[in-house]
Amino acid sequence: MVHQVSVFIQNQPGKLAALTQALAEGGVDIRALSIADTTDFGILRMLVSDIALTKSILEKQQYSVGITSVTVVAVPDEPGGLAKVLALLAEERIDIEYMYSLIGRGEDKAYMVFRISDEPKLLELLGQSGIATVTQEELGIC
Amino acid sequence: MSGYYQKEIETASREAIRALQSERLAATVRRVYENVPLYRQRMDEAGVSPDEIQSVDDLYKLPFTYKQDLRDTYPYGMFAVPLKDVVRLHASSGTTGKQIVVGYTQNDLELWADCCARALVAAGGSAEDIVHVSYGYGLFTGGLGMDAASKKLGATTVPVSSGNTNRQITILKDFGSTILCSTPSYALHLAEVLREGGATKDDISLKAGIFGAEPWTNEMRAQLEEQLGIKAFDIYGLTEIIGPGVAFECAEQTGMHVNEDHFIIEVIDPDTGDVLPEGTQGEIVFSCITKEAFPVLRYRTRDIGLITRKPCSCGRTLVKMTKPRGRTDDMLIVRGVNVFPSQIESVLLEQGYTANYRIVVDRSANVDSIEVEVEIGTELMSDTIRGLDKKEKALEEALRSLLGISARVRLLEPNSLERSLGKAVRVVDKRKLLD
Repeated sequence: MVHQVSVFIQNQPGKLAALTQALAEGGVDIRALSIADTTDFGILRMLVSDIALTKSILEKQQYSVGITSVTVVAVPDEPGGLAKVLALLAEERIDIEYMYSLIGRGEDKAYMVFRISDEPKLLELLGQSGIATVTQEELGIC
Repeated sequence: MSGYYQKEIETASREAIRALQSERLAATVRRVYENVPLYRQRMDEAGVSPDEIQSVDDLYKLPFTYKQDLRDTYPYGMFAVPLKDVVRLHASSGTTGKQIVVGYTQNDLELWADCCARALVAAGGSAEDIVHVSYGYGLFTGGLGMDAASKKLGATTVPVSSGNTNRQITILKDFGSTILCSTPSYALHLAEVLREGGATKDDISLKAGIFGAEPWTNEMRAQLEEQLGIKAFDIYGLTEIIGPGVAFECAEQTGMHVNEDHFIIEVIDPDTGDVLPEGTQGEIVFSCITKEAFPVLRYRTRDIGLITRKPCSCGRTLVKMTKPRGRTDDMLIVRGVNVFPSQIESVLLEQGYTANYRIVVDRSANVDSIEVEVEIGTELMSDTIRGLDKKEKALEEALRSLLGISARVRLLEPNSLERSLGKAVRVVDKRKLLD
């Protein structure tokens, strides 16, 4: 289980620049990032090197911050690797809220971040299928 | 020039009107003192006995009635007759979800119909006309008020009520409606839909429109007259007094004649409560002197305006009031519906939002829109768009259910709304409603 930081941001030029600058100044390393957006606002989701530090930096700057549990899956880094994982989820009718890929990867593996409503079921399924997940420690997140 | 509905009253001498008002005021004061505990208490506190109110000149001695009084006595505390004599209830929304309710006896309904029938005749109406009523029918006074007037005048009434604009256009064309009663913004919207459908004012038979329930400008009047091929008349009223028909415009179109045989108008300084002379702008105050079920005395409307007794070319001697020129409170009128920012605030707080919000009212294609911008705190944060959408929808639904009109919600980052040191700017009204 990996903890992800999500931040509410309005769709305005310079918003993301200011936010990442603040994290940089605080010494936070962003390991993975994705943005979901609507016309009015976006949700920035990140895996960061230090969750508590990130939360405190952002809250000091008056952002609304959420912490969510996500699953990082080590997907075989080969054609069809991701398709195989997704097919498993489809068979079991596990809904994916969202997913994105991690910057950097392990040997022969690409890391994908999954947000699933039923996380235990996902972990059980991955275990049965011999697909590895990655821990927070392995990602160097504290 | 069109005629009058009740010539003897509408063109009576000032002296005759004053004498009538004085007699009716004295009787009403005695009656409410006997029957409405709040008035007895207020008058006792002010040291005014009913016997001291003998004429219009004594009116200033009476304490004011405020909207809060109507809420505090909700639902029936201000009724001056037993409920068995009340044949109709109407209601209007109030702050924090608490509406006010008003009652009418059969006589009240009759005099209300008379008041509105005067407006119809002043607009050139007669039994020959087909009156298209696009105000909402129901607890709102607009629909049933104009409906009763049309019926009383013997005109053909088309009770379309509000909504379904395409059907309204078809009815205007096919039924040959000659007088339209609606909010002015809805009338402009009708004109636009008519045009979009490839039709013109020549395809409809309207000759006049009686527009009220919201502020409108002379610029809108020019547009309405041009686009619908009509003469556009203003009508004024509020649920607390009776509904539409408290005052109405004549062909001169320079203000609205107050139905002074039923309502006494005063203009006061909203801060001191002092009565202001004719021609001076202030808060408009009404006293009901004929109503049986719900006769409020010196009711603070919060509307700003002035009165004039200059002779009118229409021949009516009834005093004229200007269109309201603003409010002494923060009430907004959106699509004819009264909206208080405090109502919106109460919904936000209920749903876990902070009181950092801004209400933006705008008008596009002659339809009012209301948008509520609210800052989203960490406790309401979600990591999914769906999660935030759900919160937006829940808030929109709660606002719609409270206000009766839909409002769009826009979530903002915390601390993104400007903080002011003094009174927070909660409302931005981009519509140009006042001349």
